[in-house]
Order: sequence, then C-alpha cells, then structure tokens
Amino acid sequence: MQFFLEVLIGGLLSGVMYSLVALGFVLIFKASGVFNFAQGAMVFFAALSLVGCMEKGAPLWLAFILAFGIMTLLGIATEKFVLRKMVNQPPISLFMATIGLAFFIEGLAPLLWGNAVRRLDIGLVDEPIPWILEHWNMVISKFDLVAAGLALALVAVLALFFQYTRVGRALRAVADDHQAALSIGIPLQHIWALVWAVAGFVALVAGMLWGARNGVQFALTFTALKALPVLILGGFTSVPGAIVGGLIIGGTEKLAEIYIPPVMSGIFGGNFGGIEGWFPYVMALLFLLVRPEGLFGEKHIDRV
Amino acid sequence: MIYRETGQFKTSYAADQQIFPIRQDRIGIAILLAFAFVVVPLTAGNYWFNAILIPFLIFSLAALGLNILTGYAGQLSLGSAAFMAVGAYAAYNFQVRIEGMPVLLSFILAGLTAAGVGILFGLPSLRIKGFYLAVATLAAQFFIVWCLTKFPYLSNYSASGVISVPNVEILGYTFDTPQSRYLLVLSIVSLMALLAKNMVRSSTGRAWMAVRDMDVAAEVIGIRLMRTKLLAFAISSFYCGVAGALYAFCYLGSVEPDGFSLDLSFKILFMIIVGGVGSILGSFLGAAFILLVPIFLDIVLPWLSELLHLPVDSATVSHMQLMVFGELIMFFLIVEPHGLARLWQIGKEKLRLWPFPH
Repeated sequence: MQFFLEVLIGGLLSGVMYSLVALGFVLIFKASGVFNFAQGAMVFFAALSLVGCMEKGAPLWLAFILAFGIMTLLGIATEKFVLRKMVNQPPISLFMATIGLAFFIEGLAPLLWGNAVRRLDIGLVDEPIPWILEHWNMVISKFDLVAAGLALALVAVLALFFQYTRVGRALRAVADDHQAALSIGIPLQHIWALVWAVAGFVALVAGMLWGARNGVQFALTFTALKALPVLILGGFTSVPGAIVGGLIIGGTEKLAEIYIPPVMSGIFGGNFGGIEGWFPYVMALLFLLVRPEGLFGEKHIDRV
Repeated sequence: MIYRETGQFKTSYAADQQIFPIRQDRIGIAILLAFAFVVVPLTAGNYWFNAILIPFLIFSLAALGLNILTGYAGQLSLGSAAFMAVGAYAAYNFQVRIEGMPVLLSFILAGLTAAGVGILFGLPSLRIKGFYLAVATLAAQFFIVWCLTKFPYLSNYSASGVISVPNVEILGYTFDTPQSRYLLVLSIVSLMALLAKNMVRSSTGRAWMAVRDMDVAAEVIGIRLMRTKLLAFAISSFYCGVAGALYAFCYLGSVEPDGFSLDLSFKILFMIIVGGVGSILGSFLGAAFILLVPIFLDIVLPWLSELLHLPVDSATVSHMQLMVFGELIMFFLIVEPHGLARLWQIGKEKLRLWPFPH
C-alpha cells in the first residue's frame, strides 16, 4: 500500500508537469482555435534560450527575463508570418502548419544555441524529502514537489489573469467568437500575439522545470507528446481540464508502468517495460469513446 | 502551348468516363510508363536505384495510402509509419512461418493484416474527428511500434526486434539486382496507383469526399458513415502495409521497429501536404520532393558554406534540413494549400493559352 501511494504521488507530481505543457496548448487553442503542435518545440526552444543566456553569464532571473523576451518575439513572429497568412483556412491546415513550425523551431534552436546536452541548475535538487522519508517512509522528491507547486501557482495566476483583468476578458471574448470580438473593437491580432507570448511564458516555465530535471536536450520536444493525451482527456478548451487530465495521466501512467508489465510477463514471458509511451494514449482513446469531448471540453454540436 | 484537346468528341459513355479522357494525356502516360519500365532500368546506376528510385516509389505508395485517408476521406492520421511497420512485419512472418509462401501473396496478406489493424484504430473515427482523431492515431503509432519491440514472436525471436528478410523470389526468379527490385516495386506501385485512381473516381471515392467536406451532411444524404470511414482506414492501411512490406523486402533488407517512428509518419504527411492533399499525382510529386530536398541540401549547403567561408558541420546541415522542411510545409500551406499537384495543373492551364491568353 505504501509503495502504491508512493508511486501514485510520484505520478501525480509528474502529471502536474504534463499539465504545464498541456496548458500552453489550451491557451492557444482557446484564444485562436489553433492546435499548436509546436508547443513541445517551444518548450525546447525556451529551455535552450534560458541555458544559453545563463552560459553567457546572466544570473537565473535575468536569463529568465531574456528567454521570455525571446519567446515573445518568437510568438509575435509566428503570429505575423504564419497564422495571419492562414486565416480562413480549415483548422486542420493550421494544425499541419504548426507541425511545420515545430520542425522549424527544432532546427532553429540548436542552430542558435548549440546542440550539446546541457545541465540547467535552478537551485533545486532532485532528492527525497527527509521528513516524509522519516515519518511515512515514502520517497517524495523535493524537486517534484516544488515543481508541482510552481505549476499550480502558475495555473492559479493564469486563471486570475483570465478572470479579472481587462486583457483576460478580451482573451475570453476572442475565444468565444472572433467576429463578435472584432466587432466590439478588440484588436484580434494584438490578442493573438499576446496569447502566443503567454504560451511562450508557459513553455518557458515548463522548459525550465523539465530541463532542470532531465537536462536541456532534444528530448524536451517529446513533452508535447506527453501532453497530448492529457489534452484529449481534459478537453482542448479547459484550463482545469489540463490540470485534472495531467493528474489522471501522470498517476495512471506510473501505476501502469509498475503493475502491468509483470502481469504481461507472467502471461507471455519476456520484458514489457516502457508502456508509458503508449498507455496514456490508449487510455485517452478509450475515454474518448465514452466522452468524445473530453472531461471538461465543450460539447460540439454539428449543423449542416 | 504543347497541346489542345479541341476536336476530341466523346460519342459513348465509356469514352467519356475513361481515366485519361484526352488523347495526349494517354500518350503522355504511356511514354512515362515506357520510360520508367524500359529506359530507366537500362540507363540508371545502382546509386540511383538504391538511394532514390526505389525509396521514391515506396514512399509514393505510402503517401498514396495516407492521401486516400487524409486527402480524400478527410481523416487526419499521424500513424502511417506504424501501418507500414505492420505490413513489413506481417509479410516477414508470412514468409518465415509458412513454407513455400509466394512472396506476392504474402505482400497481399501483409496489406490485409495492416488493413485489419487500420480498421481497429479507425474505430475511434466514428466518434471523434479532427484533432482528437489525429491524436488518437498517435496511439496506433506508439502502441504498434512498442508491440513489435516487445513481443519477440513477431520478429521471430531476433534481438531487439530487427528482422532480416530473405531475397524476393517469384516463380524461381530471384530479385537480387537493384534493377529487378526496381521493376518489381514499379509494377506493384503502378498497379496500385491505377487502382487508387479508379477508386477515387468511383462511388466509394465520391462518398469519401462527401465525408471529408462535411460528414454530417454526407450522412444526411444517405452515405453510411461507418462503412465509408472504416473502408478509408482499411484501404489506406492496406496501401501503407504493402508499402511497408516493400520497404523491408525491396529497399532496406532488414528493418527494426524503431525505424517506423513518428518521424517517418510526419515525413509521409509532409509528402502529401507538399505534393497535394487529395491528389494521386500529388502523392508522387510530394514523395519525390521530400526525398530529394535532403539530398539537394547535402550537396548545396557545403558548397554554399565554402562560397561564404562559413564552417558548416554535419550537425548544422541536419538542423538546416529540419528548418527547411518546416519552412517548406508552412510555405506550401500558406501559398498553395493544394500543393505541387495544383501548381502542375495551373501550369498546364496557363500553357494551354500561352502565348495568347486573351
């Protein structure tokens, strides 16, 4: 039971990190209806920019601000050179364009900052918390806990931002209906640029945490692949969905990784590790069969 | 300028409905086929066969498969490489496990196996669409590759799932030279392209296009969604499966599951975007384009760097390749969403009137 809990909590904490990446997707999807496949590449780019600035001698906070600036520029450029030219195209074309964007960024980032695997030190160590280890005899990583806390804080801030600021209201209006938003004088293109900047910020935080944990490397782009099942589970348009989905995926994924392979080995023989790669997808898929719009997604009504 | 179709009157339905209604087109296709079947095998070198022509044909076939699903039936799939893997491994297993199995039959069975798997992973398309479906097909991608790695039975208990296929042998003739393999692949691909071309002109193809354009409307006018969508998945996977079998048997000779990664799926998707979504010709043009761009960059970038006195190592070249790929995709989607096939069509129409457009 204790082991079960330990695995579950570890999974939930890493699930929060998935949510963080999924959040970037949700933000852009909500505001512009674009399913941004390049979010993973943006995480990679942000982390590399952060490390790159730190290597040039900037302290963490300055590097963070600089990297945020770079991400904002990237977002604005994306909006200006890609999305603005693709208005009125079917969403699936936009999606494919973001796949192209992902490739572009994946090539650009190492070209700018070099392609060696780098360590990112943000002053957190990945070690068990002694107090919990002592009293509960469970290994809970300090790093995971802080990262999860940070992610939750970010979500809270974003939620408040959306709910109570002027810009946030404009964002929600745009998300609801582009034309209506335009007609009451909301500058659509500014809002889109802003949303890409916010998504860049989220990518930066995600990149910082993932990078500090696993090293800044190309594999960071795969975080997007982790976030996709989270999205389907939670629904593309829901910020709380991203969080809940992340928790569910993170928890079940780790539990499945521990408990399913031995069972399968018992039946078929051999080693069945590594089911983490597909388990979330299959789970999300089965879930979709029951609820096609995800947990918190908007129900889609078709009209001919 | 080159030719006009004036004066070609159709007096029967059969004449009106043939694949290439214009005589010059028929002649053009005949010349093209004659060139591909006769001139190329006689003149091209081994490098051309092994590095360009055979992969070009195989990827064209895979792109054709994806184009049927995505371009015609409108169901975006990111798992085409996985269906290729199913085809490759199924063909291998039929060959190894059944004594005296004819190779062509095992290719067909491989295609059918892939079709079965395709139907299985196409089932969600009945409930979900768009991005949700695209993400769901990723499940096929990851799950199938994982299965091939982890179930030793599927790769005949070889280490880490690598399979080495025997030489293709049909009726006592062994296809061991690049020329012969090229001809085998070319025959299969031409035949299947012809089938596809006919399929998309038939009622099946029209049903697919109706579903693509708006599935609710299609359902209202009496198209059975389930049958149509699953058929698209099955046929698309069949094509991808045969392409995968050819990929293993006629191109690489030995494959591993990780070779059929998400990257390959994306590559095939790029082929149809660049070539033309919803076009048979586009699948071929796109495959050629995506295959030739890296070769082109490999040649041009070092040359360019020498010209500008900039140091360029192989890592930089590969990063540049990624960037160029990404840029091309965005460029095509922005400038010409219907791809090279559409450009070809526009060019033809322009040339028809040239040099007196008014």
